[in-house]
Amino acid sequence: MTDALLTGANAQAEVPLKRRLRRAERARQVKALALVLPLLVFLLFTFAGPIAGMLWRAVDDREVRQVLPQTIAALASWDGRDLPDEEAYAALASDILAARAAGTIAIAAKRLNYALNGFRTILTSTARNLKAVPERGTARETLGKVNPAWRERATWTTIKAASGPVTGFYLLAALDLVRNADGSIVAAPPDQAIYRDIFARTFLISLGVTALCLILGFPVAYLLATLPPARSNLLMIFVLLPFWTSLLVRTCAWIVLLQSKGVVNDSLQWLGIIDAPLRLIYNRFGVCVAMTHVLLPFMILPLYSSMKAISPAYMRAAASLGAPPVTAFLRIYLPQTLPGIGAGSLLVFILALGYYITPALVGGAADQMISYFIALYTTETANWGLASALGAVLLLATVLLALVYGKLVQGQQVTGGMKD
Amino acid sequence: MSDHSSLRTPSQRIAWTATIIVSTLVFVFLIAPILAIMPLSFSSGSYLTYPLPGLSLRWYADFVTSPRWMNSLKNSMIIGVASTALSMVLGTTAALGLAQWKSRFKPLVLAFVLSPVVVPGVITAVGLYFFFAPIGLTGTYLGLILAHTALATPFVVITVGATLQSFDTNLARAAASLGASPLQAFRRVILPLILPGLASGALFAFATSFDEVVIVLFMAGPEQRTLPREMFSGIRENISPTITAAAVILTTVSVILLATLEGLRRRNERLKGGRA
Repeated sequence: MTDALLTGANAQAEVPLKRRLRRAERARQVKALALVLPLLVFLLFTFAGPIAGMLWRAVDDREVRQVLPQTIAALASWDGRDLPDEEAYAALASDILAARAAGTIAIAAKRLNYALNGFRTILTSTARNLKAVPERGTARETLGKVNPAWRERATWTTIKAASGPVTGFYLLAALDLVRNADGSIVAAPPDQAIYRDIFARTFLISLGVTALCLILGFPVAYLLATLPPARSNLLMIFVLLPFWTSLLVRTCAWIVLLQSKGVVNDSLQWLGIIDAPLRLIYNRFGVCVAMTHVLLPFMILPLYSSMKAISPAYMRAAASLGAPPVTAFLRIYLPQTLPGIGAGSLLVFILALGYYITPALVGGAADQMISYFIALYTTETANWGLASALGAVLLLATVLLALVYGKLVQGQQVTGGMKD
Repeated sequence: MSDHSSLRTPSQRIAWTATIIVSTLVFVFLIAPILAIMPLSFSSGSYLTYPLPGLSLRWYADFVTSPRWMNSLKNSMIIGVASTALSMVLGTTAALGLAQWKSRFKPLVLAFVLSPVVVPGVITAVGLYFFFAPIGLTGTYLGLILAHTALATPFVVITVGATLQSFDTNLARAAASLGASPLQAFRRVILPLILPGLASGALFAFATSFDEVVIVLFMAGPEQRTLPREMFSGIRENISPTITAAAVILTTVSVILLATLEGLRRRNERLKGGRA
């Protein structure tokens, strides 16, 4: 139609038409963008904004500076080598009295206690025992008498390190690191260094579950992809029904099955295989079984679609060229399923990393993954900085893996699930 | 079995048999837990063990007469339906826009729109908890509906987007050339064709909200507890057979959703087959 118009029009009319077409196209694009915009704004408010806020909390450090403003100002010029000067002590005394009147001591005490265990007591006892503003020139002596901790350099470096407005404290803590009194980054004391273990545990459980899903999912996907559609559609229900069943129902089902008086233990005892019930739940075994059950469909479905795209002619060609079945499978079939294996494994691994509900319900204390601690620090202990920092690390890992996944799936779409 | 009558060597036959055996075991692994929990809900005893001492509907009666459980079912429905409606509006318009939009930023925007699916639930929940608390949206239906809409909309964008991709735009042009107004063309030509896609999107959205528990855990007050949330505390405290009744009710909803979806898919395939 456009062609007909162009050939029909003379050379002078051609330019305005081109422009008109371009203008119409631009209007279409603006209209298209206007349709997408409401969702973008909505997600900004309900998703991106909240997550950005959480990331901000991982570095936000304004509590101490709000409660002890004069002290922070006085410490700005302190080199941190010896005890601070009289002026800093006077500022602290006046800050503490002001904070006591305002009832804000606990805010600073909580934050400082994260950095130096026992700081809460130092601050609250000082607030309780400091009678009045010390006379000029006696602040250091008075505070030292009220609590000897004020005669120690570490007390003051802790305040200075927490002076904000931003800090790497929580992010370092999430990686089992601290900044020592001299300002260099060192390993955290062993009693606080628990997060690398938790990340390693999260990683290991996810890896184990991914491996289990792959081992169990591969034959099923192969079966579904090779059977005639009428049969495979029927069998697909076995994959889709669990996929659609509520996570809570499935977790609950595993508890019923695996508990000490549960179906599995009862059957094994009845069969005479075991004498006493096995401990199958509230441990690592239960977590892995339940998580594999929940995530298996996420492995089977991408594997199935990548296998479905492999033409049986390839295997026939390999056989006709004299390849034994095992060789043909390993050299012809398996390489073509690699994108599906990659996509399925990454998907399961990403989902497993962030798992919370299932380990929380069927795991023991030693099986809780990183999400559990993020939730714990948010709702129970209200250590929001640390919860956010742990969340930031988990988010980073997820986003990086998701980018790899995106590249993989995109590549698959281009090559139609096959490498040429 | 057309493909496998051609299995010639014994090793091929063994491999195929092994595949069938392993697959059967995996199917049992996938389905057995869901099936095993169901009869327990009809038990007349209060222990979750077999053999059942007798059959009864007492746990269903317990569910129906318990204000806690019924309230949670009501909440799940309210939040599910409202967030489905909202995500349908936002997701469908966005999918329509994305189908026409040409820009090098499109993959980036698409990734952003789909990201709520990938980001771990706890992170979204913690972020929302911090963000909604100061503006008074925690412990409200509105807060939960907004949060669930954010999680559900990507599924609407994906399903409706896929339908639009297979939609033949010439049909809309034909309608216009025959004198239909844009609104008429949409209502009489486009809508009937993309309706199955819209319905699938709505089902996905509803299922997402209906099954969500992490955000509810962080944000719901005692008044807004949903069915999965009530099950969560039930499992934590002490599993009573009432939970198995709740599980059967939830599973029934899932089966209905799945069956509807499958029906839609078949209808769509038939339509496509008819057109080809």
